[in-house]
Amino acid sequence: MTDKPWPVPNADTASFWEGCAQGELRLQRCLSCGAAQFPPRALCARCHAPSPAWEKASGRGRIVSHTRVHRPPSPAFKAEVPYVVALVALEEGPRIMVNLRGTAADDPQIDDAVCIGFDPPAGPNGIALPHAVAAEAP
Amino acid sequence: MKQRAIITGAADTAVGELPGSTCMGLHAEAASLALADAGLKPSDIDGVLCAYSFTEPHLMLASVFCEYFGIQPAYSAAIHAGGATGCVMAMQAAALVKSGICRHVLVVAGDNRLSGLSRDRAVAALAEVGHPQFERPFGVTIPALYGLVAQAYMHEYGATPEHLAAMAVASRTHATRNPKAQMRKPMTVADVLASRFISEPLRLLDCCLISDGGAAIVVSAADAARDTAKRAIAVLGTGQKNTHEHLVAAPSLTEFGCRDSAAQAFGRAGVTPADIDVAEIYDSFTITLLVELESIGFFQKGEAGPAALAGALDLGGSLPCNTHGGLMSYAHSGAAGGLFHVVEAVRQLRGEAEARQVRDAELAFVHGDGGILSAHCSLVLGRQ
Ligand SMILES: [Zn+2]
Repeated sequence: MTDKPWPVPNADTASFWEGCAQGELRLQRCLSCGAAQFPPRALCARCHAPSPAWEKASGRGRIVSHTRVHRPPSPAFKAEVPYVVALVALEEGPRIMVNLRGTAADDPQIDDAVCIGFDPPAGPNGIALPHAVAAEAP
Repeated sequence: MKQRAIITGAADTAVGELPGSTCMGLHAEAASLALADAGLKPSDIDGVLCAYSFTEPHLMLASVFCEYFGIQPAYSAAIHAGGATGCVMAMQAAALVKSGICRHVLVVAGDNRLSGLSRDRAVAALAEVGHPQFERPFGVTIPALYGLVAQAYMHEYGATPEHLAAMAVASRTHATRNPKAQMRKPMTVADVLASRFISEPLRLLDCCLISDGGAAIVVSAADAARDTAKRAIAVLGTGQKNTHEHLVAAPSLTEFGCRDSAAQAFGRAGVTPADIDVAEIYDSFTITLLVELESIGFFQKGEAGPAALAGALDLGGSLPCNTHGGLMSYAHSGAAGGLFHVVEAVRQLRGEAEARQVRDAELAFVHGDGGILSAHCSLVLGRQ
């Protein structure tokens, strides 16, 4: 039985995964040009200034694309097939990839408003993967 | 007068399921065929470019190949640019001969991806393209990543599943005229739309094949034409553009580097898309080809699908495309997949394409893309 490809945090990403385990979505923001970025890096990919700061993100965003996966990458995902992978543009600008859960996965549409939540910690490093659910109606 | 690099040899092995084949055996066979095509001896080769392998992976594949084949060239290197590798190797070989570092560069790739890997292992190996922390944990596959591009592109430009299917049908129509193609049974848009979903909106017949096979070309200095056997094909222009590696970090889901890569190649060749007689464009999925046809400038946004449905990509159409059958109907065996497009362009320009020949083809465009429309490389080739 092959396991899922669990993230292995490193110096660039540890703060992100710590945040997820605490139910908090974190992004980096450049202290020099102010750009928010994801995935995390040791520098700002826009102006190349070192050591961007971490901040708590809103967790709100919109679906920019989605796909329902019928053939999984490995048997580890077979039990969940078909499942929806989406790219979500966060209010802060960066895009993240997540699975859609709950009603958000029923008939996803581009531009649907979603909120980021977190799976229970799992895998050898206790990773809480982010997911997205439908945003509450305003 | 500007000295152009020339392609003096081009060949591929049989493709499809080749039981008993090995990765290096396919490399050697393709190399021997390309050398024979050029009328050159192994000892004439002073440069070698290889790619990568799934079945016999190695840190130094060019050295592995040279040892296996029995040559000790002055220059060798391996290039990893996913599906762009075939074109990137051709571009690099052209630079090596133009700079005077090499006289005859052998570009060779091959893999026994079908018989040497189980289907599950092939899917798993390809999924490693995803970001290890921010994409793969969500269960993505390459079709899923291209499915995300397809969904966004269809939303923005109004492409439909029928338009995607038209890409696969055009390739299959060409393949029916190519006795070497892996898939030759005629196919309709309805057949594509009836195939099962792999990752929505992409269905099985929106996806490329998995094949065994190898391909090779010889790129030579301009004045070497007199040493070789056949009509030399000039490398008139080359270009590249890389905008990202992982889709999560792509600057856009609907605008990709193929536009700049192609513009560079057209500019260096001094031609425009309208001048091209035949195109061989990377088609890992139907959406890959559709995005590239529109981004490169062969069709306006939203028009490639309707044009393909009306026969624009077939012989006699405005842009005969993937005349060998492409990755969806000819074959796809790793880095050789992109080299098949180059080999086919050479055959078209030499007038050797038999039943699938584009009449009086003088100018060809070849394009490769690697990753998720991440790395792009374009070539403009022409009759000398
Ligand atoms: Zn910055």
